[in-house]
Amino acid sequence: MELGYLIGTIVKMVALVAWIYGLFWGLGRKRIWQKAATLVLAFAVIQAVIWTKIGNFALFSAFDQGLLFQAITMTMVVLGLNLIYGFNGQFSLAQWGFYGIGAYCAADITYRWTNGDPSGLIVVGLGVILGAAALGGVAKLLKKKRGIPVLSAFTFYLFALVAVGVLSVWLGSLISPLFVPLFGTPDAPGALASPIALQAAFFLSVLFAGAFAAEVSFLFGLPVLSLGSDYFGIATLGFAIVVKTLLVNSDTILPFKEMKGGRGMLGIPKLTNWAWAFIFLVLVLVIIRNFVRSSTGRATLAVREDEIAARAMGIDVAGNKLLSFVVGSFVAGIGGAIYAHYMGFLAPASFDFIAGFNPLIIVVFGGLGSMTGSIVASFGWIFFLEGFLRILLGQFGTDAPSWRFVLYPITLLLLMLVRPQGLLGTIEWGFFKADVLRKRLTGALGGLSRGTKAEKAGE
Amino acid sequence: MPASTVTTKAEAVSRTRGSKGRRGPPLAWVGWAFLILLAVMTVAYVAGKAWSNPVLFLQNLLDGLKLGFVYALIALGYTMVYGIVKLINFAHGDIFMVGAFTSFYAVSRFSLHEWPLAVFPGIDPGLSIVIGSLTVVLLSMAVCVILGVTIERVAYKPLRDAPRIAALITAIGVSFFLEFFGALPFVFSGRFIPYKAPFPTVAWYIKDGIHPIVSGVASPDNTISFSNIFLFIAAASILVQILLQFIVKRTKIGIAMRASSYDKPTARLMGINVDRIISFTFAIGSAFAGLGGVLYAIAYSSIWTQLGILPGLKAFVAAVLGGIGSIPGAFVGALIMGQAEAMTMSYISTPMRDAVAFTILIIVLLVKPTGLFGEPAQEKA
Repeated sequence: MELGYLIGTIVKMVALVAWIYGLFWGLGRKRIWQKAATLVLAFAVIQAVIWTKIGNFALFSAFDQGLLFQAITMTMVVLGLNLIYGFNGQFSLAQWGFYGIGAYCAADITYRWTNGDPSGLIVVGLGVILGAAALGGVAKLLKKKRGIPVLSAFTFYLFALVAVGVLSVWLGSLISPLFVPLFGTPDAPGALASPIALQAAFFLSVLFAGAFAAEVSFLFGLPVLSLGSDYFGIATLGFAIVVKTLLVNSDTILPFKEMKGGRGMLGIPKLTNWAWAFIFLVLVLVIIRNFVRSSTGRATLAVREDEIAARAMGIDVAGNKLLSFVVGSFVAGIGGAIYAHYMGFLAPASFDFIAGFNPLIIVVFGGLGSMTGSIVASFGWIFFLEGFLRILLGQFGTDAPSWRFVLYPITLLLLMLVRPQGLLGTIEWGFFKADVLRKRLTGALGGLSRGTKAEKAGE
Repeated sequence: MPASTVTTKAEAVSRTRGSKGRRGPPLAWVGWAFLILLAVMTVAYVAGKAWSNPVLFLQNLLDGLKLGFVYALIALGYTMVYGIVKLINFAHGDIFMVGAFTSFYAVSRFSLHEWPLAVFPGIDPGLSIVIGSLTVVLLSMAVCVILGVTIERVAYKPLRDAPRIAALITAIGVSFFLEFFGALPFVFSGRFIPYKAPFPTVAWYIKDGIHPIVSGVASPDNTISFSNIFLFIAAASILVQILLQFIVKRTKIGIAMRASSYDKPTARLMGINVDRIISFTFAIGSAFAGLGGVLYAIAYSSIWTQLGILPGLKAFVAAVLGGIGSIPGAFVGALIMGQAEAMTMSYISTPMRDAVAFTILIIVLLVKPTGLFGEPAQEKA
């Protein structure tokens, strides 16, 4: 049975990589209906596989589905980190902290919602929206003061966000009692207790969790990104440690009794299904790809290559670093939210900074600056390490799984020594190829350039 | 480096305005006011607590010193290695852990601390403990030296010309390897292990003079207590400090170390074998980390394989605080970190001590990126 399982896992891994290739190939087509058809088809294939059950044998067991959702959340975290580290060159270890923030934030919203309390959604929603407005306002004010020191700017942003936080908690405590009657009683459930309302709350909670993580990352990144690369790494490591410490003490230091501190948060509704996971995966893919392939993304690459040259070209280096850091954290927050609603249980131990090295290792494996590499490496990592190797090493006694953590540093060392650009280097597939844009550009300008060439030839 | 570019940007702005009269960057006072407010509040808070219970405050001061002296031992290795190869040696904290485990095996499994008594039965038991404990410490230091130099040769040396991030990731990999390899059941096991000190602990309390604490007899309330472990840690840390100052300032190899940290190609032209100097630096740093590991394990009497991560990181923060590359800076930074941590643990809450440590790091890097004693980075022509 185990042998069959192992072979099956390998087949599934290969099939998933093929699926990813097909998805990217299809998304890379020119016409919009081709892209739409690809999305529908890609969604339907996995959904069909999940539904397929032949007698007692499930083609894609619950364990495999768990791996799939883990792989998708890991993809989001890793893509965000690749944006920060691979494309912008900022060595960040805080990604796992933002993942944890997103997970707990979204979990708290839906947990309260299922218990007939809309305050989580309202407070976080208000805080996120007002916070974004406040940040934008402060940024607009500070734009007039050129050359303002980072510390002063940080002070302004900090006070603005603290004020917004207090305001939104106060407003939330005023507004949310108005919505409580809509939940009805257990005997007569109201409008907001319906499954559709819950799904909507879930959708909003995921977006708000991402936005919340993004705003935290803005506040943290503003002072820290101005440090040197090594120092930035250490400071972000410190951030990850602090986040974990706060999560462990979420019921004592932080005022969230329902998070139950180090004992772990139970009773989160398990709302993540393949449809939601796929929607958010595609959303993240599109966000990251469009960011990287935009002019801002090219500026991001320029900052990575040479900050001084980038500044000479008129790129706002500090702002660019901050932007990619915030976008990366937003994506990580979304990943955390998906993870929380798949597990139904959150423990601070899973947001330990040691686990936070996993995304880093995956990014390096997949190739710095290769989005395809990140995605394939995330899927491969989860299915190989969590699935295949765990079962395989489990055959050799109970202690063997701990060998995984011995093997991967060695692999990492060898990779760094032998192939520092990662397994896939900078290879991109279909949708992620820069060629798609270039082709479209040359398609538009093609006649012109060919014409001039012909004219030159004629002369 | 972004840290310097921020200041240059500010300087550039001030320079453009300089023609109409010197003005600094706009609104700089806001940040300073915020920091000063923060500092005044902290000092006022601690002073208030100290005023209401001075004995507790002094006890915290002593605990902070103990922690700070241990951090100083680790921070030396960080600061020296960073000074020469510009690499955050993440594995340094794990070398510290290996030092603690070596001494644990030497003491608990092989009773190495009793060897003089076993070899020369007639020897004075007190002398036997002294010699035996020193042997254990030296053995741990030797193991750490071998480990440190091996790591340098195997993992870091091939990457010397690679981007710094590659070396940093390698360092993280080495650190992980040591932790999780150590956690395997046949190596150290992943459990917390009670640690038996090689010498008996003697403690004293201070109230109208110094009195020994006798076990079974409660010492009076409101007293400051300390033990011989604290004295050993303080003595070892200060001795190491002096020794290192001597090595770096007076000996030929110390001069070579400084030359290599200043400019490697030129040092090579002067006939210095830079690779050997780097190995030597790793060896010294690892030796002191091993010493620190033994003392830390004795002081806190429980060890496990991830023991070294947080002390290692905090020691690095201490090195940055003092000015990385500067040896007295690392010492002073470590003492400050120890105090900050002890005061946080006592007056705010124990879990927040890590947060305070990293907040200090961020503030120091923003306000004075070179640290307290650091020299400004020289411009490359």
